Amino acid sequence: MTKQARWGNMLRLAGLLLFAAASGWAQAEYKLNFQEPATKLAHDVYGLHMGMMYICVVIFVIVFSVMFYSVFKHRKSSGRTPATFHESTKVEILWTVIPTIILLLMTWPVTITLLEMRDSSNPDITIKATGYQWKWGYDYLKGEGEGIKFMSVLSTPQEQIHNTAPKGEHYLLEVDNHVVVPVGKKIRVLTTANDVIHSWFIPAFAVKQDAVPGFIRDTSFRAEREGIFRGQCAELCGKDHAYMPIVVEVVSPEKYTAWVAEQQKKMAASAADPNKVWTLPELVSRGETVYMQNCVACHQPTGKGLPPVFPALDGSKIATGPKAGHIDIVTNGKTGTAMAAFGKQLSDADLAAVITFERNSWSNKTGELVQPNEIKAARK
Amino acid sequence: MSQETYYYVPGPSRWPLVGSLALLLMGSGAAMWVNHIGAGPYMVLAGFLVLVFMMKGWFGVVIGESEGGSYNKRVDLSFRWAMSWFIFSEVMFFSAFFGALFYVRTLSIPDLGSVEQQMLWPEFKAAWPSAGPGFKEAFTPMAAWGIPAINTLLLLTSGVTLTWAHWGLLKDNRTQLKLGLVLTILLGLVFLSLQVFEYSHAYHEMNLKLSTGVYGTTFFMLTGFHGLHVTIGATMLIVMLFRVMAGHFKPDHHFAFEGVAWYWHFVDVVWLFLFVVVYWL
Amino acid sequence: MEATVPGHADTHAHGHHGHPPSGLMRWVTTTNHKDIGTMYLWFSFAMFLVGGMMALTIRSELFQPGLQILEPERFNQMTTLHGLIMVFGAIMPAFVGFANWMIPMQIGAADMAFGRMNNWSFWLLPPAATLLVTSLFVPGGAAAAGWTLYAPLSVQQGMGMDMTIFAVHILGMSSIMGSINIITTILNLRAPGMNLMKMPLFVWTWLITAFLIIAVMPVLAGAVTMILTDRHFGTSFFNAAGGGDPVLFQHVFWFFGHPEVYIVVIPGFGVVSQVVSAFSRKPLFGYASMVYATASIAVLSFFVWAHHMYTVGMPVGGQLYFMYATMLIAIPTGVKVFNWIATMWRGSLSFETPMLFSLGFIFLFTMGGFSGLVLAMAPVDVQMQDTYYVVAHFHYTMVAGALFSAFSATYYWLPKWTGHMYNEKLGKVHFWLSLIFFNMTFFVQHFLGLAGMPRRIPDYALQFTEFNQISTIGAFGFGLSQLLFLYNIITCIKGGPKAPAKPWDGAEGLEWDLPSPAPYHSWETQPTVK
Ligand code: HEA
Ligand code: HEA
Ligand code: HEC
Ligand code: CUA
Ligand SMILES: [Cu+2]
Repeated sequence: MTKQARWGNMLRLAGLLLFAAASGWAQAEYKLNFQEPATKLAHDVYGLHMGMMYICVVIFVIVFSVMFYSVFKHRKSSGRTPATFHESTKVEILWTVIPTIILLLMTWPVTITLLEMRDSSNPDITIKATGYQWKWGYDYLKGEGEGIKFMSVLSTPQEQIHNTAPKGEHYLLEVDNHVVVPVGKKIRVLTTANDVIHSWFIPAFAVKQDAVPGFIRDTSFRAEREGIFRGQCAELCGKDHAYMPIVVEVVSPEKYTAWVAEQQKKMAASAADPNKVWTLPELVSRGETVYMQNCVACHQPTGKGLPPVFPALDGSKIATGPKAGHIDIVTNGKTGTAMAAFGKQLSDADLAAVITFERNSWSNKTGELVQPNEIKAARK
Repeated sequence: MSQETYYYVPGPSRWPLVGSLALLLMGSGAAMWVNHIGAGPYMVLAGFLVLVFMMKGWFGVVIGESEGGSYNKRVDLSFRWAMSWFIFSEVMFFSAFFGALFYVRTLSIPDLGSVEQQMLWPEFKAAWPSAGPGFKEAFTPMAAWGIPAINTLLLLTSGVTLTWAHWGLLKDNRTQLKLGLVLTILLGLVFLSLQVFEYSHAYHEMNLKLSTGVYGTTFFMLTGFHGLHVTIGATMLIVMLFRVMAGHFKPDHHFAFEGVAWYWHFVDVVWLFLFVVVYWL
Repeated sequence: MEATVPGHADTHAHGHHGHPPSGLMRWVTTTNHKDIGTMYLWFSFAMFLVGGMMALTIRSELFQPGLQILEPERFNQMTTLHGLIMVFGAIMPAFVGFANWMIPMQIGAADMAFGRMNNWSFWLLPPAATLLVTSLFVPGGAAAAGWTLYAPLSVQQGMGMDMTIFAVHILGMSSIMGSINIITTILNLRAPGMNLMKMPLFVWTWLITAFLIIAVMPVLAGAVTMILTDRHFGTSFFNAAGGGDPVLFQHVFWFFGHPEVYIVVIPGFGVVSQVVSAFSRKPLFGYASMVYATASIAVLSFFVWAHHMYTVGMPVGGQLYFMYATMLIAIPTGVKVFNWIATMWRGSLSFETPMLFSLGFIFLFTMGGFSGLVLAMAPVDVQMQDTYYVVAHFHYTMVAGALFSAFSATYYWLPKWTGHMYNEKLGKVHFWLSLIFFNMTFFVQHFLGLAGMPRRIPDYALQFTEFNQISTIGAFGFGLSQLLFLYNIITCIKGGPKAPAKPWDGAEGLEWDLPSPAPYHSWETQPTVK
């Protein structure tokens, strides 16, 4: 952001501070509670929360009416002399035992719900969700749709984030590829991560499961109704933690079957012939797409990175030096830094394309191109 | 005891400030050092020297006050409380690392080898010792019944000699006191030399390094912190020896000696735990 | 400077006669508990301003969706430092400050047990704060992994993380030494007749808190040391490929972290107990049960840590255990709340500023406690973990809890410290503004959390806008109200009506037997209690 734009924003902010109360809020739609539940479990959790809250409110009101009674009736200004009692074993036992009983009563429904929540056995479909900095990768592992695989990346344009374009309805909660699942089926989600801990969170399903690198964890849900359900990564995972939403589209079984067929066709089409020899423009244009989806968060559209943490690729020694080094860092990443091993996420063709793109963009003019079979060879 | 002096309150002192300066130097220097910024090591060194200077000065004052008779029984008791709580804090520090060892052995390694994780680590079989699924080289784990067993004996013996020295002090038998101290220090130093030898052996012949997965990690971090504490303990014992030579301590007034002895026994006990859970089991 | 030979100035200045050096050197070299307490309090207030300005930066960014004033990385640094500075720089030192001032006066001791170490405990804070704050300006910026420093995110970051790690080490040394000093003073320096069950509750709660600090600060030091070695020395504590586990860090951290939240609030319980009794003009109800309740809270706090980790995927048995254990804490805490209310019952109440803040504490802390109880329910927490509901919960316990009790303590003892009365009207305005703006800032965050707004994000979906705007305005209001507090204190130090030795007719305790302002050396001759 330029300095001017920043000041502009500060001024706008100050202005808004003054006028906010008058504008906006009057017609705002308040959201005071959980999102509309879409699974049985979410209903249960909603109920539990309401139950807990009512119990707490009742205790609160009773306890504090006593206090406020004192505050109003037992004032010094009303000329009272203080009592001198300071102990009563009877009431002390009473107010230890009553809360204990209330708590014991609470444990029962909570335990039942928890056990149900953690039961992810006998799923109809198993999907693996992998957290990357900062996007989600999905693999349909078992059940209808087995073999489908895609990345799901925030699709809100940068202009909206930087306030140079009006924000859309689903600002920050929209992605290029939805996770599509059939209604009424039990979906088991295995979570893991590639770099740091992320968390797969869909409020309407009462599902939140951390994705821990190097471990598989799981959760499950059975959606009761069709619709699009949105959530966000719920574990701080670095700078774009706010920008890796999760969108699940629940559809009818028929629609789901159709979607599966369509995906399989798409995947077959994109599984390019590994021995095809690509031309420079082909690679660069495909590489640009890959770059914008995978690399831009750190290395920026300008290729300038965000030094010193995220190095510039524009003019970088690696991106203009020998090919092997460049292929190596992109495929295998660099441990201990945010630079991930993209070999696990991208196909040979995509890797070749993005590397070629980087070697021939901005001020990098090597003119060299990397072919998918070179990647294959480098992978061993 | 006159009401006036029911408790000794020291006057103003500059040593704490010197100590803070030392730690500022060491903290910022270390942060630079681990990030390969040139001045880092020098700042750490400078900080360390300032710290040593501070300790010499500060403890010098305390020793002077103690030998000068400023400390009554109540002050003595304060020192005892403080030393006990300090040792308790050390116990908790070690628990963090013992806890980590417990966790990897009973939770993370078995979990990584379980069926659920096969998708990520198909070849990994849970067993201990283990350097984790990503570690492909061969390494030799440390055996218990060689040097470590000898070291156990050394430390246990040193506990006995130290107690013997303490008896000497209580009986005002200065020769026994000196002899016991010297023996204890020697045992400690031999222990340390053997540990250095063991480390070098591990690095050069067993391919066992700090970076050898969790096995290497927990082995070196636990034994390393213990070794550091032995070093500190031995240094304090040496200071005690010098003070004994200088004629300090009386049978009824020798908290510093006892405090060091407690510390030494604590280090001893930590070693016993180490020997059992790190080397043996 | 001192020398090692007996007889030199340092060794025979028996404090009682020593005249402090003047000027800056007085503060740098002092071993006097009041001087050190004063420094702690000013330091903590300065840190409160720094941490508060960071909070305001966070809130400004969150005034509207979209990125306005901060890049996301900077935002995360702000959140991290705000949390660390408020907890370790503002709240903890504030209570150590009160402890330094009041414990020797309350138990009839000449000073703290170890004057020089006391000085060092304080003077370790500025280096630590320097490391934390300057880390903002090093390449890569400050630590940005949240105050919880979760691995492996913390393993990824730049030099700022190392500075934070070393700062935490130094802070740990400071608070461990401070606590050893406090425990020793309480156990060993009480006046004749002041047996344990006669000690004022502030002293009791500090005894328990100091124990917690000594028990858990070393564990935090261990945790950050593990991060350090994972970052630079190739260890694998938190790396699955080497057989470690990122979740291990969370276990170690929360083993520290949960007791830590009670460290933050338990001394506040002590303050509130004394203030409520003083302004009710009635002895504290259930003194013994207060002590036992506080001790139970402290003991229980070691066994509940994984309620912060319900979503990491631990076995369901673990979740159940931690859930039940956490719920238990509500019982002793309830006992305390009921005791306070019973103390007021049929008392003769008046509502000076300390009392107002204590009442605010009881009311709002209980709300925070209830939201904590809701969070303790594992299935419900799955919905709320890492959302603004949690942020609301802990600001109710830490701002309306710990901070309000610190305000209460300040107003309560200010006359004793300065010898002047503060401006009562201004104090009351400070209370009411704080109360209103506090709720404006944090009450609405419950709604945000329920609706699913994650915490630690610089930018949010549109449906969260209105409540965020209310919250931001509240935060600015709350911040500005604190200027009244500062003004009131400064005018009270400078002048104001003379305070009698015992300005509160209902107050109990040895501190009120000393004149106001309290003499430089309290209790040169030890008093005898009853
Ligand atoms: C002063 C600090 C403080 C205090 C006192 C507490 C007190 C409690 N906290 Fe809180 N908590 C924090 C500070 C604090 N907390 C912080 C900082 C975090 C977040 C850290 C982070 O992630 O950054 C947190 C997070 C946190 C979580 C994790 C949320 C998440 O991340 O998902 C949980 C879950 O169990 C929890 C529970 C509790 C409970 C049960 C109490 C109990 O002690 C409350 C007990 C009190 C009462 C219940 C009210 C009074 C009682 C009565 C009037 C009796 C009658 C009551 C009944 C019978 C119900 N807290
Ligand atoms: C005791 C500790 C404490 C205290 C007192 C506070 C006080 C405040 N906190 Fe914070 N907070 C934490 C502990 C604390 N906090 C912790 C542990 C976290 C978690 C961090 C993490 O996620 O890692 C957190 C996180 C946190 C967040 C979430 C950030 C995120 O998730 O990204 C927010 C957002 O609103 C917030 C706001 C505030 C506000 C507005 C105050 C206000 O009360 C502050 C008021 C004070 C001032 C404003 C300064 C004093 C006044 C002046 C300097 C006068 C000048 C004023 C003006 C010009 C207006 N805090
Ligand atoms: C999560 C952040 C992140 C993402 C996403 C990312 N990188 Fe990197 N990248 C880094 C970091 C950090 C380094 C510096 C590593 C080091 O310290 O050597 C780096 C280094 C590099 C380098 C070496 C540059 C040099 O001169 O040192 C290349 C080439 C590179 N990345 C290419 C890519 C490509 C291609 C992609 C996408 C397919 C990508 N990166 C995505 C963080 C990222
Ligand atoms: Cu991924 Cu937050
Ligand atoms: Cu907790």
